[in-house]
Amino acid sequence: MFLDLILLAILLAAVSGLPGLVMPRSSVWGERIAAACMAVAAVAGLAGVVGGLRGAGGAACGFPWPAAGNGVVGLDALSAFFLAPILLVGGIGPLYGLGYWPQRIHRRNGRKLRLFWGLLVAGMALLVIGRHAMSFLLGWEIMALSAFFLVATEDERKESRRASWIYLVATHVSTLTLFGLFALWRSATGSYLLEPVSPETLRLGTRHLLFLLALIAFGIKAGMMPLHFWLPGAHASAPCHVSAILSGVVLKMGIYGLVRWLALLPVPPAAWGSIVLALGVVSGLLGVVYAIGQHDIKRLLAYHSVENIGIILMGLGIALLGRSTGHVGWVVLGMGGCLLHVWNHSLFKSLLFLAAGAVVHGAHTRQIDRLGGLARGMPWSAAGFLVGAVAICGLPPLNGFVSELFIYLGLFHAALAGSAMAMVGVPVLAAIGALAVACFVKVYGTAFLGVARTPAAAHAREAPVTMRMPLLILAACCAVIGLAPVLVAPALDASTRCWMAGVAPGTPAIRGLAPLGGIGALGAALVAGLAAAAVLGRRRHAARRARPAITWDCGYARPSPRMQYTATSLAQMIVGLFAPVLRPHVQHPRVDGLFPAPVAAHSHVDDAVLDRMLLPMGRRLANSFGWFRRFQRGLTQNYMLYILIMLLVLLGTLLPIRAMVERWLAR
Amino acid sequence: MTNLLQTILVLVLVLNLFALGTSRILSLIRTVALQGALLGLLPLLLHGQHSLATVLTVGPTLALKGLAIPYMMVRAMRDVKIKREVEPLVGFQPSVILGALATVFALLFAGQLPLAAAHVDTLIVPTAIATVLTGFILLTTRFKALTQVVGYLVLENGIFIFGMLLVEAMPLVVELGVLLDLFVAIFVICIIVNQINRAFSSLDTRHLVSLKE
Repeated sequence: MFLDLILLAILLAAVSGLPGLVMPRSSVWGERIAAACMAVAAVAGLAGVVGGLRGAGGAACGFPWPAAGNGVVGLDALSAFFLAPILLVGGIGPLYGLGYWPQRIHRRNGRKLRLFWGLLVAGMALLVIGRHAMSFLLGWEIMALSAFFLVATEDERKESRRASWIYLVATHVSTLTLFGLFALWRSATGSYLLEPVSPETLRLGTRHLLFLLALIAFGIKAGMMPLHFWLPGAHASAPCHVSAILSGVVLKMGIYGLVRWLALLPVPPAAWGSIVLALGVVSGLLGVVYAIGQHDIKRLLAYHSVENIGIILMGLGIALLGRSTGHVGWVVLGMGGCLLHVWNHSLFKSLLFLAAGAVVHGAHTRQIDRLGGLARGMPWSAAGFLVGAVAICGLPPLNGFVSELFIYLGLFHAALAGSAMAMVGVPVLAAIGALAVACFVKVYGTAFLGVARTPAAAHAREAPVTMRMPLLILAACCAVIGLAPVLVAPALDASTRCWMAGVAPGTPAIRGLAPLGGIGALGAALVAGLAAAAVLGRRRHAARRARPAITWDCGYARPSPRMQYTATSLAQMIVGLFAPVLRPHVQHPRVDGLFPAPVAAHSHVDDAVLDRMLLPMGRRLANSFGWFRRFQRGLTQNYMLYILIMLLVLLGTLLPIRAMVERWLAR
Repeated sequence: MTNLLQTILVLVLVLNLFALGTSRILSLIRTVALQGALLGLLPLLLHGQHSLATVLTVGPTLALKGLAIPYMMVRAMRDVKIKREVEPLVGFQPSVILGALATVFALLFAGQLPLAAAHVDTLIVPTAIATVLTGFILLTTRFKALTQVVGYLVLENGIFIFGMLLVEAMPLVVELGVLLDLFVAIFVICIIVNQINRAFSSLDTRHLVSLKE
């Protein structure tokens, strides 16, 4: 019954963009119908999710379609857990789109965007409930291709086209690896069904290969560090609510795949846990370091996705270590942290992207150094961004703190038991948190505080109510999880139990291992303290009227608002610290003579994998195949000649050559 | 019966060489029309008993290969006012020699093939291979769009002869489907020929290189 609700939601989501296609471009009803459809789908689906988390998902049901391999779909706690962010963000996105990407302004691509939004949500939901390789792959490809069209929404811009092609290449590599994975699974187990198998059926080598393929395929989708190269460009050039769902939800499908796949495999060797943990450490640290070097607010947020995927992987790594060494407590804490961070990241990253969208909508730029003082003009968006920033930094009293605390606890347990990787993990997680705080101080301070640096930023207006509502919903979710983590504990327990079902039925509850009540109390106390301090501060501020003046004019004749600390200067120290990794390109201005000409300074940070490895390698490969072009002249006669040669060669293989030679020799 | 069959196949081989040697497009089209019509008769000769299926194949084949397709091509030729293939990649006499070599190769090659006993003594397999090779020679050495079409037709004729070996195994629908495909293809190409002529003021397919990326 609850599975039916999910299927209904998938159907509604898939068709939500269709009415808009048959309506004229000037009509506003297409977008309204799409938003309503998606909202209904989200409500129906979330009701199904609640049922699924309670274990009432019902039996898996057949999917009577031969093209999809007569695949099977089913709803268990793990599926339900990942369905929640899909439906929540998928449901509120079109509402945000009403204000952010209205049909009357974006006539050319508004309808396309809504169609593929619905398909993206439907594809992800299908892949999460798929219990058969074919239904899984069907959902996966629908998701991957709709995401491609969404990234290419503004296909008239060169930057968008480039980002979407890079994304397409990455996602195809991922799908190809998945083909290999499923083929291997089929040959090892004899079935395409995604069900746990007994340890005897899989040899150790096969298991290692399955794990490696899964790690690559899902790692590309999740944006794990060496495979993240498609992510910053795609997230930066898509419309902001698309970036929100890409970063908040689509990346999580990679995590879902990895989690689901590890549940299918028998008890893992301890090395797998260490590998996942190490990848998490690398992704987390490098993600946040690269984020600090960015000037574009959306690119910066995109690199923070890499960082958070790293944190999620660290949780998964702890859980895997626990699973292979038999420490159920590690599994509960690691999996709890991993899964809760999946929810949390989808909430606060969507919140941040939507707030960034409000900024782009108001100030018409994504460059942090061209913003400033936005908190005055757009208080709601500023508040939303602040909530998201505090949450992503893992500070109490918001949700990021809770999940990171679980992972810390898991790491402590593992480190005390002597796991070397976990000992590295603890300080790295702490460093990630500190660097994230530095990064968001830079963004928030530069963009929302101070004086507006450009006229556009000075005239930025608050976003319409359809854009503020989603911000409010997401911020409220962040606060609820942060202040009352007890509420999400049952969902975490059910999903962890589902993940451990094949290994150890009856895992303990997370409530016994982490001080959930204490976290709530701490958060509440912190909120109360902050509120009291704010009230006191305002009273004192009201008593002493401050006189506004220029802070620092240093003898300049005409100081302009651009003469403030820039985001780049705030980040300079940390970028310098990590210069060996980041290798920032800095172009210093040269000022010569008595009356120097105007000069410009410029700095940017390239992506290590894409700009320094893949693109040069691709260029070299293309150059080394330059000689091949002479075979591709565009002349049909030449191509017919190739066919003729091929035909003659094939005919030649028909000849009984050996018999002929023997006959000839006998003569 | 076998004598008549062999005679027709030899005629087909001779027509191949004639197609390679002529420069006038009209006679080229007529040659291929005659070849197609001769091939249309093959099913009647190849099998002793005339089932409804064979008769049903013969009618459309004769009508399409002998009449409809040549008619369309002659019309296309009149529309674009082109009479001769000039400057082929390989001259006309060398082409004939190449064609003769291909025929010799086909005869020798077919002798080496492990064929079913019923087909060993007939010329069907060598003729088929020789006709396919002739089609390829036309396709690779001629540049006018219309001669290219003729090349495809000769190639298809070769495949048709090969198909005769399987006429009992292949359902009628397949045979007729292939004919329909051929008809539609030629129909479309004749329209394209007109368009090429209008766009490039010439029927030389080498101009199409400029469409390459």
